[in-house]
Amino acid sequence: MSELPGDLMYTSEHEWLRREDDGSVTIGITDHAQAALGDLVYVELPEIGQVVETGGDMAVVESVKAASDVYAPVAGEVTAVNEALADDPEKINNDPYGDGWIVRLAPSDDDGGLLSPEDYQAILDELDN
Amino acid sequence: MNVQEKLDSTLFEQSRRGRRAFAQAPDVTEATDLPQALLRRDRPGLPEVSELQVVRHFTRLSQKNFSIDTHFYPLGSCTMKYNPRACNTLASLPGFTGRHPLGPLSHAQGFLSCMWELQEMLKDVTGMQGVSLTPMAGAQGELAGVAMIRAYHDSRGDHERREILVPDAAHGTNPATANMCGCKVRELPTTAEGDVDIEALKAAVGEHTAGIMLTNPSTLGVFERDIIAVDRIVRDAGGLLYYDGANLNAILGKVLPGDMGFDVIHMNLHKTFSTPHGGGGPGSGAVGVGERLLPFLPTPVVSRTLRDGEAHYGWLTERDLPQSIGRLSGFMGNAGVLLRAYVYMRMVGREGMRRIAEYATLNANYLQARLQDAGFELAFPNRRASHEFVVTLKREAREFELTAMDVAKALLDRGYHAPTTYFPLLVPECLLIEPTETESKQTLDGFVDAMIDILSQARDRGASFKEAPHSMPVRRLDDVKAARELDVRFGKTA
Repeated sequence: MSELPGDLMYTSEHEWLRREDDGSVTIGITDHAQAALGDLVYVELPEIGQVVETGGDMAVVESVKAASDVYAPVAGEVTAVNEALADDPEKINNDPYGDGWIVRLAPSDDDGGLLSPEDYQAILDELDN
Repeated sequence: MNVQEKLDSTLFEQSRRGRRAFAQAPDVTEATDLPQALLRRDRPGLPEVSELQVVRHFTRLSQKNFSIDTHFYPLGSCTMKYNPRACNTLASLPGFTGRHPLGPLSHAQGFLSCMWELQEMLKDVTGMQGVSLTPMAGAQGELAGVAMIRAYHDSRGDHERREILVPDAAHGTNPATANMCGCKVRELPTTAEGDVDIEALKAAVGEHTAGIMLTNPSTLGVFERDIIAVDRIVRDAGGLLYYDGANLNAILGKVLPGDMGFDVIHMNLHKTFSTPHGGGGPGSGAVGVGERLLPFLPTPVVSRTLRDGEAHYGWLTERDLPQSIGRLSGFMGNAGVLLRAYVYMRMVGREGMRRIAEYATLNANYLQARLQDAGFELAFPNRRASHEFVVTLKREAREFELTAMDVAKALLDRGYHAPTTYFPLLVPECLLIEPTETESKQTLDGFVDAMIDILSQARDRGASFKEAPHSMPVRRLDDVKAARELDVRFGKTA
């Protein structure tokens, strides 16, 4: 059973999103995603200032099993990236919703289309069957 | 150094100044006619060891090999079949090995006639119109294939077609190839039954579609049943169809990719037609094309002309094929691999090709049925296997922490090479198992016994295989540390 904070929004591609007080959004991958990937060995981060579309490639996380794209849950401009992941990609494994955050965006089009914790849990339940 | 470390030391560590191996001792020790300025001042960093040290060193290394010559090797999508010794023997005839690639054509007629016949046989077994043997590996064949698709659209002034459709079950090389060719990848979902999602395909095609890359049978080990519909939808949208030949072994002589509507195919000759592989080379990714892509074939291509009733062989170059995507290798690819493929195809013949596909499929389905009976869960239980199939250990991992990696490592201790693990990516905790046509029923039964042993020990007796393997030269490797702290240098002083 993976951890699923109730105050975040999710995508069917296993990203999470937190709306910050200053209007920005913080994005990472879910506990389920990090567990499925296994120990991460490399994270490729975008440049600050890069503009991403909703659903576009934003970062790459690589484990010993596989490399996966991280998609942007909303469109926007990258305002910060978690530099610490370059040396310690395992932060995502250890604390996916905290120290393991990946990108911060200034959203240009935050029009919903995101999943509530309940809806995302339903997707996880289906994957388990 | 302990005893094992001494035995495992490199030749550089064993080196002592002045020691010689008689067989390798140079005839001439002084190069008197070289200009003084070009002579090196320090000694070359080559190991100086005796002949016996060399023999022991390499014999010991070879004994550590876990290979097709010593063990069953059911590595999915890799077709680790037996490579008949005759292929190697005949490809090593002095007439082939002594030939200089820059020698006159008149001295190469024998070799070229073999290559021309190989091109013809490959056209025949794939239903294609033209073949180029020049790509030196599967990935280079893929690159050639997509480059030809792009060149085709460009030749028609259709510069907007830059999207390549790739199913999510594909080998990672497919999207990588499309990217390298400057195309955008569009991923297609797979249905629960393992086919391409036709509705998603219909929604994905359009005026930007350059083509689709398909492996059929797919990496899920099933034959794409809707291939005719896929062909029609992509073709109607103006796209071309690319066939990834990774799993050609399953349909050899039974179904022609040309008949399925494919415009271009790459073939891994080293896999399907007998060259020892798996160590990273050498390979051959020969490409075949339908009529529309003929002008774009990579050069050189072997030609045959008849003069006074006699065949003369030569090369077609960029001069003959001005629209060619160009040259992909010096000379004509890996001649040794091509020769082995030629000998193999001549030995098995047309009827033999069909039997390869039949036995590869029979072996896979037998193994699949026995493992299912033994309690293993199949990823696609309602489908017949082609030449390989997918087992998922999702339930075992959840209930008693037996993962796909644990099973893979425990198999090594039981004398079997591990199947492919954690691929295809869309099946969790999976093993992709390909027995090939060259294994006997006894070997397959032995593998099933080993799998049952691992499963029952973990399930019924709570055994853990986290530490496996125990009997190999190295134990469970820390692949996470290896990837995070990569160190591939050899330091003499280290």
